[in-house]
Amino acid sequence: MTGEASIVAQGLVRRFGEFTAVDDVSFEVERGEIFGYLGANGAGKSTTIRMLIGLLAPTSGDAQVAGHSIREHPERVKASIGYMSQRFSLYLDLSVQHNLEFFGGAYRLSGRALGRRIDALLERTDLAEHRDTITRDLPGGVRQRAALAGALLHGPRLVFLDEPTAGVDPLSRRRFWRLIRELSSEGTTVFVTTHYMDEAEHCHRVGLMVAGRLVALDTPADLKRTHVPGAMYAVEGAGLLEASEALRSVPGVRTVQPFGAGLHVRVDPALRAETLTQTLERAGARVASIAPADPTLEDVFLEVVAPDTPGEAA
Amino acid sequence: MGPAIVVHDLSRRFGSTEALRGLSFEARAGELYGLVGPDGAGKTTAIRAIAGLLAPDAGRVTVLGVDPLRGGRRVRESLGLMPQEHSLYGDLTVQENLTFFGRIFCLPRRVHRARAERLLAITRLEPFVDRRAAALSGGMYKKLALACALLHEPPVLLLDEPTNGVDPVSRRELWQLLYRFVDDGMSVVVSTPYMDEAERCHRVGLMHEGRLVAEGRPLDLIRAVPGAARFEDVFLARIGASDEEAA
Ligand SMILES: Nc1ncnc2c1ncn2[C@@H]1O[C@H](COP(=O)(O)OP(=O)(O)OP(=O)(O)O)[C@@H](O)[C@H]1O
Ligand SMILES: Nc1ncnc2c1ncn2[C@@H]1O[C@H](COP(=O)(O)OP(=O)(O)OP(=O)(O)O)[C@@H](O)[C@H]1O
Ligand SMILES: [Mg+2]
Ligand SMILES: [Mg+2]
Repeated sequence: MTGEASIVAQGLVRRFGEFTAVDDVSFEVERGEIFGYLGANGAGKSTTIRMLIGLLAPTSGDAQVAGHSIREHPERVKASIGYMSQRFSLYLDLSVQHNLEFFGGAYRLSGRALGRRIDALLERTDLAEHRDTITRDLPGGVRQRAALAGALLHGPRLVFLDEPTAGVDPLSRRRFWRLIRELSSEGTTVFVTTHYMDEAEHCHRVGLMVAGRLVALDTPADLKRTHVPGAMYAVEGAGLLEASEALRSVPGVRTVQPFGAGLHVRVDPALRAETLTQTLERAGARVASIAPADPTLEDVFLEVVAPDTPGEAA
Repeated sequence: MGPAIVVHDLSRRFGSTEALRGLSFEARAGELYGLVGPDGAGKTTAIRAIAGLLAPDAGRVTVLGVDPLRGGRRVRESLGLMPQEHSLYGDLTVQENLTFFGRIFCLPRRVHRARAERLLAITRLEPFVDRRAAALSGGMYKKLALACALLHEPPVLLLDEPTNGVDPVSRRELWQLLYRFVDDGMSVVVSTPYMDEAERCHRVGLMHEGRLVAEGRPLDLIRAVPGAARFEDVFLARIGASDEEAA
């Protein structure tokens, strides 16, 4: 990262009728940064992106994106960025090659230059063997890589990826994130949304949206320090979810969250693990192991986005 | 009583692709069975065969003892399906979509109202009942589709990647609802790309290239892989992660 700003958003607001989808959002993203934009469904992530790429006019506020104002020069913004939409980025009836040629046409690339560019991108995204496959017949993970290739075709220095890995299996997600990291290390800025908290761990900084507002923005490590203080235990065993309600009345227990098939219990430092074990076992659970755990961004997400959800113990 | 769903040695090709190659598994009443596997493993094909939407080339499926392709009305009424690409009526509001699906399932008005209320609360769509489906965010749309599918509480429920794009808070709450369903004796088969959801199933079948490569309770599957702590480790170990260095 060079300290140069790729995006400067100032007081972005977007209303739909009476409803405010994005509410006074300001932030900066540096060149080469992987910037994760998180929040619950409907928090306003896609709406923010659609404004930043010049597709949707802000109700008020402005942003400089790749050096252009989204208000004054949305067309220039569109030409300088790459975008992978949450819904569809490819024509399902066309082969991968034809999709990329089509994208190239839209960016006024043609002939030899386009051909070479497509070859290079197919190589880079590991898609050469799928070149002639009709997009509909591709597995989800491969399709998403093809969509990324489309977004990169005109060589943008800034890409917006709106849930690029939704529904994609863990192996393909790893591949995809390897590409994202490569892009970043070459100086391309990546603005990405995801509901996979393990992916958010790979971002340089993460912004968290709640009901249209950007309520937290920091590195993953600092978000954890700020929002998940105290000690955390990971509990594994049987019958834990059913018994977890009993923990809520124990003094010193701050939050109880299901984590996989087990629990993450955040406590004041003075509380001992034994107390948790005893309480759970009295409530009918069998505790196989209890060990200190590092908080994850999922813990942060739950603290910030849903501090008062009763969890799964109901 | 036998298992609610029996899939036995199922095969199915599409042209040169062998989507299913001798798939077998069973799910009991009261069981939450997870189908997990890489993109293209055959999960959707398996679910469509169970739903009677696709004829296998070989092998056998029974749902509550009946072949779903020949079961007629009885099977249709006892089987619910949420397809991977579920579509709603974009011009109808959230409320109108729910009403529409309630009618399809012929739910009595009182039952419909109670279920719709609970589903609206769980999906957090209550404040948006008057919004057109087309104006919902991606995840809200998916949650509405799921709510419409869950209105019908049949003895056998098939859910094909029902929570893609749904945020972590709602995913927990929806999963909680599924637990309640199976506690009441429903049999649920769910496919998912989320490894934390795989961990929450009673049993998981790990599918690869059209058949199961592992099956069992998630904790047992994790224990069987040396050094594995989470289901993701099982997935990576069994699906040939050899060429993939850790992310
Ligand atoms: N055209 C529109 N008319 C009315 N409301 C809209 C419109 N477009 C978006 N909204 C609303 O704005 C809010 C934010 O939507 P947005 O798509 O930005 O959410 P998101 O954070 O991307 O959610 P998800 O994680 O589900 O993708 C939602 O409540 C949505 O219904
Ligand atoms: N109608 C069809 N025509 C041709 N090929 C098909 C068809 N349906 C499925 N296939 C192929 O069969 C294989 C299994 O597909 P299926 O959709 O069952 O996988 P899946 O496990 O559901 O994948 P995903 O996680 O991407 O949803 C894939 O190679 C797919 O391309
Ligand atoms: Mg979105
Ligand atoms: Mg599928």
